[in-house]
Amino acid sequence: MRRGIWVSLWLMAGCLSPLRSPAAGPVEVWVFAAASLREPFQELAQRFEAQHPGVRVRLNLGASSALRTQLMQGAQADLFASADEKNMEEIVRAGLVAEGPYIFATNRPVLIVPADNPARISQLADLARPGVRIALPGPEVPIGAYARTILQRASQDPAYGPDFAERVLRNVVSEEANVKAAFARVALGEADAAFVYRTDVGPADREKVRVVEIPEAFNVVARYPIALLKGARHPTAARAFMALVRSPEGQGILQRWGFGPP
Amino acid sequence: MGLRPSVTACFREGAMRRGWPRSMLLYGLGLPALLFFGLPMLVLVFRAAEGLSGSALKAPLVRQAMALTMGTSLATTGLAALLGTPLAYLLARRTFPGKALVETLVELPIVIPPVAGGVILLLTFGRRGLLGPALEAVGVTLSFTPQGVVMAQLFIAAPFYIRGARLGFLTVSRELEEAAAVDGASPWGVLWHVTLPLAFPGLFSGLVLCWARAIGEFGATYLFAGNLPGRTQTMPLAILTAMESDLRAALALTVLLAFFSAAVLVGLRGLLAEQEGAFLQ
Repeated sequence: MRRGIWVSLWLMAGCLSPLRSPAAGPVEVWVFAAASLREPFQELAQRFEAQHPGVRVRLNLGASSALRTQLMQGAQADLFASADEKNMEEIVRAGLVAEGPYIFATNRPVLIVPADNPARISQLADLARPGVRIALPGPEVPIGAYARTILQRASQDPAYGPDFAERVLRNVVSEEANVKAAFARVALGEADAAFVYRTDVGPADREKVRVVEIPEAFNVVARYPIALLKGARHPTAARAFMALVRSPEGQGILQRWGFGPP
Repeated sequence: MGLRPSVTACFREGAMRRGWPRSMLLYGLGLPALLFFGLPMLVLVFRAAEGLSGSALKAPLVRQAMALTMGTSLATTGLAALLGTPLAYLLARRTFPGKALVETLVELPIVIPPVAGGVILLLTFGRRGLLGPALEAVGVTLSFTPQGVVMAQLFIAAPFYIRGARLGFLTVSRELEEAAAVDGASPWGVLWHVTLPLAFPGLFSGLVLCWARAIGEFGATYLFAGNLPGRTQTMPLAILTAMESDLRAALALTVLLAFFSAAVLVGLRGLLAEQEGAFLQ
């Protein structure tokens, strides 16, 4: 509470004196990271802070497309880690990248259903059944794009039928903001199924949701790039964090959370 | 209200006595806040042409969101009038045990953050909520449906109508109602020919505020009804989606919503000024 009062006084002073020189406070590395990277990046940030006293890692987690929009609108950040190459490419094309991008991890989409599975979904094909309620982000969000690719591939298979993708998309009840929001809809039981990454289903989630595998023939590999941004306030510290992510130590943490090697 | 002219006169006299240096200082001190609010609006006016150009307005995202917003917000306003008027009348005219609690309950959604309102609606009417299974058993699903949008809007916006309507009823003097009753009007006649017409400014401005608030509703709608184009994606939600895919569509929706709000505000001020004028005459 008292801390809140100090913060508010500090912010009031800050807003009223925009011309003051940049604060010489602690070094903060701002990392804009895909929502699916939440757990490993939290652990990586802790590890980094322990190794570099005086440096703090701040995470801004969200849909890669939302983070890309924030960066293009001028948000200040040091690093950007996307869940797909498309959103990273747009950042590169906008001339915002100073170094990279480097692919540092891979992931696989899976289906999840609530633990009691009210729509009785046991395979990908069941998603097209009328009345199934699917939570799926829009095509600009990486998981939304991956899911649509998977559905298009399945539509090529006569067993699924050429209108399979269309029938599944007709069952979408909400275009969620990012993969974690879609996950929450299923965990709460409001939606019957969602596409998420394998890494989103942690040990603690097993009692709330169940995983349904996507046939290997249709599935995609999600590739995660990271890049140092031109607007970085602390490029040296940011480069060190990027090095940790790509080091054997960082890879070990990512793989413990279920991510694949690049 | 009757004090108004003398208050204005006092003010004018005071200003003259104190002279202009002091009032210059006052204008100068007011300027930063004016700039803070004025500049963004000026920017919006200059970029309005870009936002309202044909192609942006014809984007399916924009058209669907506009149609859905109109439909749901008008349904919300109608339901607010239907369900809110009796409660507003009750609160204005009767005293009963627990009235203070009822008043607080009805006004609470005005101060509750709308996102929190969405959580509360999910816990109550969601599929796993208190009433969800019962509703589902009779074939009613509210989350992720346009009806869910209306419920979210009603929860957040109807309190604005109930508050306005209650104040409207309070301005009607009981003596007038009693006089009409003495002259032989039935209770319904009194309500229809005396109370409702006299309370109308309050009812109407409450209704307009409720409508405007429903159109702008975001948090509760997003959590309770989800975000699906053509089904539950109202204009504020479409802005969020468009920011990531089609900036021009986001600008078009922003311009439309801002101009609508400005029109509501100017219209209401005009209405109230007219009322005051009639009163002073």
